Amino acid sequence: MPLLELVDVEARYGQVQALHGVSLAVEEGEAVSILGANGAGKTTTLRAISGTVRRSGRVLFDGKPISGRSPETIARLGIAHVPEGREIYGELTVWENLLIGACFSRDRSGTKRECERVLDLFPRIASRRSQQAGTLSGGEQQMLALGRALVAKPRLLLLDEPSLGLAPTIVSAFYDIVTRLNTEGLTVLIVEQNASVALDATRNTYVLEVGRVVLGGPSAELRQHERVRSSYLGY
Amino acid sequence: MAEFFQQLVAGLATGGIYATLALALVLIHRATGVINFAQGEMGMFSTYIAWSLIYTYGLTYWLAFAITVLISFGGGAGVYGTVIRPLQRSGELIVVVSTIALFVILNGAAGWIWSPEERAFKSPFPNRVFTIGGVTISWQDVGTIIVSLACVLLVFLFFRLTRTGLMMRAAALRPTTSRLLGIRVTIMLGLGWGLAAGLSAVAGMMAAPVLVLTPNFMLTVLVYAFAAAVLGGIDSPLGAVAGAYVLGVGISMLSTYVDYIATAPELQLPVALAVLLVILLFRPAGLFGRTVVRRV
Repeated sequence: MPLLELVDVEARYGQVQALHGVSLAVEEGEAVSILGANGAGKTTTLRAISGTVRRSGRVLFDGKPISGRSPETIARLGIAHVPEGREIYGELTVWENLLIGACFSRDRSGTKRECERVLDLFPRIASRRSQQAGTLSGGEQQMLALGRALVAKPRLLLLDEPSLGLAPTIVSAFYDIVTRLNTEGLTVLIVEQNASVALDATRNTYVLEVGRVVLGGPSAELRQHERVRSSYLGY
Repeated sequence: MAEFFQQLVAGLATGGIYATLALALVLIHRATGVINFAQGEMGMFSTYIAWSLIYTYGLTYWLAFAITVLISFGGGAGVYGTVIRPLQRSGELIVVVSTIALFVILNGAAGWIWSPEERAFKSPFPNRVFTIGGVTISWQDVGTIIVSLACVLLVFLFFRLTRTGLMMRAAALRPTTSRLLGIRVTIMLGLGWGLAAGLSAVAGMMAAPVLVLTPNFMLTVLVYAFAAAVLGGIDSPLGAVAGAYVLGVGISMLSTYVDYIATAPELQLPVALAVLLVILLFRPAGLFGRTVVRRV
């Protein structure tokens, strides 16, 4: 049984339908990417999972339907969604940003330990824990957004365009961490425009076009696929 | 010199009342993105509740004070849940208009329930003065300063030190992201409205003995609190509180040392607001407002 399964999911913003029946599956412990052009419905797919867009169809997490649940409840079930643009709390300190990630946890000392553990992953932000998060660089903010998602010890991590606006070296550093988390057992679903990076970091990949899955399969095979090469890799 | 210190203490006392209400305005503005024009009337209504508890039900002052703050807290959260939140989808302007409607409703309801005539509201502090180094200070002023300062301090500590305070700040800053992190944003914003209502209740109960209890008695207090919040920076709790003390002391000094205003007290409000406008021309974000450091 996959950890996450979408069956014929549709979603709309007002009158505009953004997803026209998306189906996909993510196995436990797997890393999966979703590729697609602007407006293909990548972000909407993640939002349909985390509950921040009106959707119909079936979303199953660990075999149980979650498509009727609120975003708060879905987060508490163990799905961490790192939104596009990082969305850190610029006015709050780095440490407070991390604490917020596990605010709902009753285990206070456990949360603090988890925050420390996450800071160990990111030495560059660890030294700036009492600084306003808004003063961090783009790459550091992306690391903080990831760290904030991790303190809740999620079972499934959703990453929306984490490479956006970052220098290539920062992107590879970021993906090194994601790969490491994945080998330690965390299930990851990544939405990317940077197809090359996403294909390298994941085992399976889906390609979205205008709200539909048009291709799906092992990332290594898709890398050789004519359509992926011409549309997303550019050679 | 003695007069200067006397006016300073008096100014800090009125400033404390403005500070309590200004802080409530800032809390709402941060949580909901609007100015709550009914904030003063919420305090007025709460003060009437306290008046009933004391004069009709015979409760002691401080017991009535505590119960009133609790009722107000529930009322504020209730207003958010039943009126503000459902209307938020329709846009900020609708919410602002609904707070104006709330203003009129509370004002009318208070007049209808308690009659519009003036009521005496007793002060919990002794009606005496004491003298230090030639400066005569009233217990009323000292008590008001202590109570308002304690409230403001409690609210700050709550936001700084507690998990719920952190969640409330997060929910106000980025509602959608906060939901993704499992924070129940609606409940947090409701708590914010409750807290603001509690603060306005305190402001009302501190102001009532100095002014006189009528359905309109919080009107000027609201204008000054609003001015203080804008002066300090409408998004900065610390700024709003500082702005309120500056305003309270400023007015106290103006009406002592500027003969023109001393002889015509009705000029206090217009002059204070004119000074405010001039300051805002030069510092649009308020005296203490700062643009958040942000790198994208």
